[in-house]
Amino acid sequence: MKIIIVGCGKVGYALCQQLNDEGHDITLIDKNADRLQPVVDNLDIQVMTGNGTSFLVQQEAGIENTDLLIAVTNEDEINLITCLIAKKAGNNCRTIARVRNPQYFNEIEYLKAAIGISSSINPEYAAAHEIARLIQVPDAIDIDSFARGRVDLLRIAIPENSPYDNMKVFEFSKKFNREVLICILEHEHEISIPNGSSILHAGDTISVILPRKKIASFCNALQMSAVRDIKNVMIAGGGTTAYYLAEILAKSGISVKLIEKDRDRSRFLSLGLPKAQIINADATVHENLLEEGLPQMDAFVALTTQDETNIFLSLYADKVAPKCKKITKISKMAQDEIIEELPIGSIISARNTTTEYILKYVRSLTNSYGSNVEALYRLMDNQVEALEFHVKETGPVTGTPLFELQLKSNLLICCIVRGKQIITPSGRDTIELGDTVIVVTTNKGLQDISDILAE
Amino acid sequence: MNYSIILYILGWVLNLQGVFMLPPCLVGLIYKEYHDALVYVIISVCCTVVGILLRRMKSKNSTFYAREGFVAVALSWIILSMTGAIPFVLNGDIPSYVDALFEIISGYTTTGSSILTNVEGLSHANLFFRSFSHWIGGMGVLVFILAILPMTGGSTMNLLKAESPGPSVGKLVPKMRQTAFILYTIYFVMTIITIIFLLFGGMPLFESICHAFGAAGTGGFGIKNDSIASYSPYLQTVLTVSMFLFGVNFTFFYYILIRRVKDAFKMEEVRWYVGIYVMAVILLMSNLLYHGYAFGESLLHVTFQVASIMTTTGYATTDFNLWPEFSRGLMVCLMFIGACAGSTGGGIKVSRIMIYLKQVGKELMQQIHPRRVHVLKMDGKEIPHATAHSCNVLLMTYVVVFIASYLLISLDGFDTTTNFTAIAATLNNIGPGLNMVGATGNFSAFSNFSKFVLMFDMLAGRLEIIPMVLLFYPSTWKK
Repeated sequence: MKIIIVGCGKVGYALCQQLNDEGHDITLIDKNADRLQPVVDNLDIQVMTGNGTSFLVQQEAGIENTDLLIAVTNEDEINLITCLIAKKAGNNCRTIARVRNPQYFNEIEYLKAAIGISSSINPEYAAAHEIARLIQVPDAIDIDSFARGRVDLLRIAIPENSPYDNMKVFEFSKKFNREVLICILEHEHEISIPNGSSILHAGDTISVILPRKKIASFCNALQMSAVRDIKNVMIAGGGTTAYYLAEILAKSGISVKLIEKDRDRSRFLSLGLPKAQIINADATVHENLLEEGLPQMDAFVALTTQDETNIFLSLYADKVAPKCKKITKISKMAQDEIIEELPIGSIISARNTTTEYILKYVRSLTNSYGSNVEALYRLMDNQVEALEFHVKETGPVTGTPLFELQLKSNLLICCIVRGKQIITPSGRDTIELGDTVIVVTTNKGLQDISDILAE
Repeated sequence: MNYSIILYILGWVLNLQGVFMLPPCLVGLIYKEYHDALVYVIISVCCTVVGILLRRMKSKNSTFYAREGFVAVALSWIILSMTGAIPFVLNGDIPSYVDALFEIISGYTTTGSSILTNVEGLSHANLFFRSFSHWIGGMGVLVFILAILPMTGGSTMNLLKAESPGPSVGKLVPKMRQTAFILYTIYFVMTIITIIFLLFGGMPLFESICHAFGAAGTGGFGIKNDSIASYSPYLQTVLTVSMFLFGVNFTFFYYILIRRVKDAFKMEEVRWYVGIYVMAVILLMSNLLYHGYAFGESLLHVTFQVASIMTTTGYATTDFNLWPEFSRGLMVCLMFIGACAGSTGGGIKVSRIMIYLKQVGKELMQQIHPRRVHVLKMDGKEIPHATAHSCNVLLMTYVVVFIASYLLISLDGFDTTTNFTAIAATLNNIGPGLNMVGATGNFSAFSNFSKFVLMFDMLAGRLEIIPMVLLFYPSTWKK
């Protein structure tokens, strides 16, 4: 597919990298030649210096033959106009705009219709949603949802002295009436797709797929730290993500304490978030956090603008409130082993959420016929992909019991959603027309449900 | 330094060399030169085997930085030349290995300087391989590897940068492989067209192919002792046009292919290229007419010779060594300018000359109006400071290499004009110089030491100096 990306910031670069890896033809446009230089040196894509909003520049980039334009500059207005022009100049070119101003974002449905944008992404809003989900489902380190939120992928660490230490995967599964399937096993940074005879160890991280309704009972059965309903949340930093998050949490009846350093910003937040308590204080001063009752909080979210500050805030929260659930926003640093080893809870990055959203969109565009990637998650530092396919036609995979299918290695069918039924598949189950199938694999670039078969 | 990835690339280069040996072998079979054909087959097999072994050793680490790019390119060209020289020695046509190496480097770098005194004495297979090496070297070997080799992992741009001539390397389309594919298609089709036009003028097929290869790669190896002089005016004109077109930036042809004709003719470099060509022709014609040369014949020779020297081909229809002094001087000047960036020609390149002149203009303007803001532009776009800077550094390096080479070959004791133009002709990949190394002379009189200096110059000229110089720069090889 031919894709034009306008704006070479963090998201623009990450998109170029990922989409290029998936074999698309990419032209990147940015005003600033210096920013393009590292791209030219490292990636096999075409770059252009110029104003992406200009009709002539878009023409030079070949907008007539382009399938998709992604506008991810810093300015919402520029993104919107760029998409508007691409829509008119291109031949049926789809457009995605990044829109982060809450005001425009509230009116996004009108804008989509008026300007003709195919899709829009608000990174802060998407990140806030992600955080809210993590808060509402306790104890999971990470959670991604499939099948329109009916099935979740949970990432949980097996605690020390757990009865599941040294247990084989199939025994584990038996304990839960075969309703729980372990799809990813991380043992000392080795990531694998386990089979029945793999052995679990304390300290391993497992990812399991299960229906949302069963999450609470599963966590209880796992005898992890007692499941508590989260009622009090403290947010450090009052940026846009915090605003969205406070709004979402307040709606579900959770009491929110938001700490913001800037006085004017605090007043603005207080005006917009009547249900939340806005505290005008510096979150980096520990006394302030203690005074506002951090040790009694159920969850703590570090959302200041600086990664370093967020990490230290979460480390402090881990010290004074070990049972409190922590979520840390990281925007600049790479999410590598060093950061993941720190006791700072779940890590959220607006860049990753945005990139994943757009990748998902591109994938479903690429597969606009036949079976379809409905959702895509990149897990474990991009080493594993979880994909959701909708089976739109019969093919080699349908109607055959799973144990008869020759699947690719390192690939697992985790869940089949058939109508209202959620099936944790065993060898005797089959994939049928109309099913939604969730697959976890370390093979990248799966495009179609039939790609799960070994060649 | 990641040696394993360099060996892997060299393995591919050797495999390609194995393939390159097959066409001359076929020619040998056609002309019943069985001994030559056998030699080519044996070397082809050896190259292929060694190449496959080298490729087998590929390690997991496929990281590829600028340093590896430069070294891989320089070593690839050296290894191509070293293996390419073997057939000439084994066939007995050029008994000395150093001479054979000189000849094949001259071939691959599209220089066209020869140490042979009697070209017509060579076998058909060898003649073909000489011309074929021009055709391969014209576009570049690694660009070809990029076109066929799936190397998405590392930053392969570094390879293209190191091998492609010109101040800045642009891709025509987002993917490197497609860009390389488009370039090769244009190159291939234009070569075929040249061959057809030559056949149409009554040139035999073998000669047409050899001459078309020489013109396409802007090389200049002839297969006759008097180069092109004995052919009809029609054939000479075909080659004039052909050489001229192969000296144009290939982006020009790509624009025409995708029907952006307006953009094509707006290209500043192409306009300068045509302008310089026309000016040179006018100046030479006036000078020759003043000295009593006949108009029609002079026009034919001058248009041919200017195209030949400017595109750094080096074919000759007449011995311009015998022209009046001003004309000789002008020809030497043209040697330095060279062809467009992004073409198969050598020299400093028209676009760099533009950048130099524009910088001089800007600097002069700055003296008169110190506060005036003046932005260097090309094709309506700002020339990035880094580009201008690297052009300037290249010129400095070029001058240093030139002076050093000049001093080194002066040891042989020939006259200044010979030495100066010998370096100009090899460093700019042209072929013939003046006096002893003029169109009717050759390089056989130089000592082996001087030949090595000239070989370095040819490779340096083809790879735009820096990669070759880096090979001798100690910190390139440090861990």
